[in-house]
Amino acid sequence: MSGAQLDRADTRVRHDEGLSGALRAFFDRVRSGDLGMLPVFIGLLLITLVFSSLNPVFLAPNNLVNLLFDAAAIGLISLGVVCVLLLGEIDLSIGSMSGLSSALVGVLWVNSGLPMLLAILGAVLAGAAVGFVYGFLRNKFEMPSFVATLAGLLALLGLQLYLLGATGSINLPYTSPLVKFGQILIMPAWLSYLAAILPGALMVFSGLKTMKRRRDANLSSPGLSVLLARAGVLTVALIGCVAYLEQGRGVPYMFGVFTLFVVALDYALRRTQWGRSMFAVGGNAEAARRSGISVKRIRLSAFMLCSSLAALGGVFAASRLASASQQAGTGDVNLNAIAAAVIGGTSLFGGRGSAWSALLGIIVIQAISNGLTLLNLSSSLRYMITGGVLAIAVIVDSLARRSRASHGRA
Amino acid sequence: MEQGELILKLRGVSKQFGAVTALKDIELDVHAGEVVALVGDNGAGKSTLVKTLAGVHQPTSGTIEWCGTPVTLDSPGTALALGIATVFQDLALCENLDVVANLFLGHELNRWALDEVEMEVRAWTLLQELAARIPSVREPIASLSGGQRQTVAIARSLLLDPKIIMLDEPTAALGVAQTAEVLNLIERVRERGHGVILISHNMEDVRAVADRIVVLRLGQNNGVFTAETSHQELVAAITGASENSVSRRMARKQGEVA
Repeated sequence: MSGAQLDRADTRVRHDEGLSGALRAFFDRVRSGDLGMLPVFIGLLLITLVFSSLNPVFLAPNNLVNLLFDAAAIGLISLGVVCVLLLGEIDLSIGSMSGLSSALVGVLWVNSGLPMLLAILGAVLAGAAVGFVYGFLRNKFEMPSFVATLAGLLALLGLQLYLLGATGSINLPYTSPLVKFGQILIMPAWLSYLAAILPGALMVFSGLKTMKRRRDANLSSPGLSVLLARAGVLTVALIGCVAYLEQGRGVPYMFGVFTLFVVALDYALRRTQWGRSMFAVGGNAEAARRSGISVKRIRLSAFMLCSSLAALGGVFAASRLASASQQAGTGDVNLNAIAAAVIGGTSLFGGRGSAWSALLGIIVIQAISNGLTLLNLSSSLRYMITGGVLAIAVIVDSLARRSRASHGRA
Repeated sequence: MEQGELILKLRGVSKQFGAVTALKDIELDVHAGEVVALVGDNGAGKSTLVKTLAGVHQPTSGTIEWCGTPVTLDSPGTALALGIATVFQDLALCENLDVVANLFLGHELNRWALDEVEMEVRAWTLLQELAARIPSVREPIASLSGGQRQTVAIARSLLLDPKIIMLDEPTAALGVAQTAEVLNLIERVRERGHGVILISHNMEDVRAVADRIVVLRLGQNNGVFTAETSHQELVAAITGASENSVSRRMARKQGEVA
């Protein structure tokens, strides 16, 4: 290697090499308040310990399969929430939007006889239109998204009730692909295992490519051992999960599709100019504007994406329940979707978060809900406990933020 | 010295903030390969003028000509696209992003699959040209000191190879060596044929690099000077009187010595 590497010239920086270095950097990050996904894993561990000791059925493979079926719809909504939270905005109407969207599918598809896919497309487009309105109100009138979407919550709920009319609910045909998708369709075992191996393989492949490019460009790289260790741990964990679920029915297609959406958004946020702009606007909107980023367009895209994903989540929920009812999207849907994003590590203050927080967060929320249902606890208690968990998640977020500020990390 | 072509020409530019006139009938010319210093007391309108040229504020009246054609700078993006780069006094960096992300913000390489390796290499090259002391370009801006942030902001303005770069108090937060580096850098930028607008309260820095010194006072032009102008004359133009607090203080000090 010729001379000092570009990023290794400064002697004041401790350079963490190899596996032990990576571990040390990780502990440093955690200590300074950059918790990442750590609270989720600790939370999941606690939840599993408590519920499986109270009722062993909790850990039964088929119960976990059901849990994943239930997680997909709200997880998808939560994915949209991540987008608006990244900008430091909020959308409180996601529950109503999902309910309206399920009503739209019911009316357009079952009542009016439109093709199913066209009805779903219509519902998602309605979501995009609602998001456009929120973005417009925010951009044009500086209307706080909190207020705009609170108004939307009521208006969309009204529209949902109006569409469903006197009967109050529309049943979706049980033999239709949509209901099968929401209730019984399971990925074949080979596909599940392939999906478990692929991320690790891709990680090694792209990691090796980046390592070579960095070495050619005279930059340091974390080293082969770290890469292999990370990919190895990930692959073993995923294969373990799939193997366990295969003891029961297997991995639901619904959850697979949700995961695909998470992967796509994760790529968009981390590896594209749009994603970089999202973080910039969330961190310092004025700085982003002066860099030539169209802050208004970014905001509009976030609100539209959020409402569209909420609409798609509503379709998923309808397919899970095989009906579009007045109750769809009400109750704790709003809270659960926002809580999932925050619990997963997306900050309410903007500028920090990841698409994966929706997936991990919704599994935590769904595990609590599922465990409490198994204990035959009423929904009153479930609401109180979920509310408490959300409060704890926000407190952890706030404390971590203060700690990051004092350690010189944004 | 011979002058390059006229890049930027302001005539009668005014800016009104409600009842307050921040700028009134400002005239300013910037040629290629020229350093124009903009000096004036606090509240003279320097930062407002810079923000107007950067597209942050829109002038109430007046014309701005860019290379001979009238232009409207309606957004920071327009100004950047024309080739006016600005280092703002408040730096305007995103604290949650790392140095590389801040340098390339809004102009990332390969918008559908960000080229992090190439961006990092270019970031190091640019920072080394500026003799910057940044320990790591993969740390968030929040972990950098004031001077380091200043360097990052200057580096960012140079990234797009602009025709004019505006520096609002670039040396205020810098150490001795970094200040000298920034002044060297300004001269290097001038040699490359760019125009530079430099705002500073530090008369030494201004005299060291400026070809022309434009004085603003209470939002209006108050004379154009050169580096040869005496300190007293400059201070008089800035404060608006030859009898001012600075001259009185100097007279008193000389009286004490004598």
